[in-house]
Amino acid sequence: MAQLKPGDTIPELRVTPDRYLTVRYAGASGDFNPIHIDEEFARQVGLPGRILHGLWSMAQVARAQTDAAGGPEALRRLSVHFRAVGLPEQELTVTGTVAEVTDGIAVVHAVAEQGGTAIIRNAEAEIALD
Amino acid sequence: MPVSTAAVGKRYPPTAYAVGREKIREYALAVGETNPLYLDPQAARAAGHPDVVAPPMFAVVYSAGALGPAIFDPEVGIDFARLVHGGQEFRWGPLVFAGDEITTAVSVKDISERGGNGHFVFESQSTNQDGATVCVGTWTNIVRGG
Repeated sequence: MAQLKPGDTIPELRVTPDRYLTVRYAGASGDFNPIHIDEEFARQVGLPGRILHGLWSMAQVARAQTDAAGGPEALRRLSVHFRAVGLPEQELTVTGTVAEVTDGIAVVHAVAEQGGTAIIRNAEAEIALD
Repeated sequence: MPVSTAAVGKRYPPTAYAVGREKIREYALAVGETNPLYLDPQAARAAGHPDVVAPPMFAVVYSAGALGPAIFDPEVGIDFARLVHGGQEFRWGPLVFAGDEITTAVSVKDISERGGNGHFVFESQSTNQDGATVCVGTWTNIVRGG
């Protein structure tokens, strides 16, 4: 199990969603909202183009936690605020810092950024350490 | 925007979801997971699990069917043209495996108006075939004022 103490950073996660990622994620998740898969529709509703599913981006934050923790069973809670739209074909970075450790649970504060913009802010994860 | 709070506390019929090994694989690959626990039944069994493990965020997949009727409920009154996903929380219990049957019940937790926007908060509770709560989700949808 992971050894985490307050102030530690978790390993940074970097991932670049490819051009067709949102189509695969739509199929995998069942969320076929056209803002994620139809460039023309997305532009018509005022978006810069097709946007990432927020829950895909949240899954990257979750993956950074389970990678740091050494497995899925350690992740007890994750909460996020969606703050900006994410875009395909741009690198996304997840960083996190251990804020506190209480009764064997590490609380990690995390951010997911693309091009310097936080698309997920104030993410808070609870990781069981034993 | 004015919101109606009439639907707060409303509960929707539970839905059942049968967790499949290949659906877990499809989801895991779509989110970039490479942990063999999610992809390789032999690796999962060698680690003491009955079959491949669902990544925690697979909660999105087994909860989705139960969320639909709540989000589309006319009594809740969400205007989809102005809807954004504001926030999300999951609390997880025991792991979910291929072969599990997950039952999810959804309720309207809160409806409020803040800063001219409507905040619609739903809660999902997902239970496995043994009665254990595997995930509680809090889904915050924001309808931008106009």
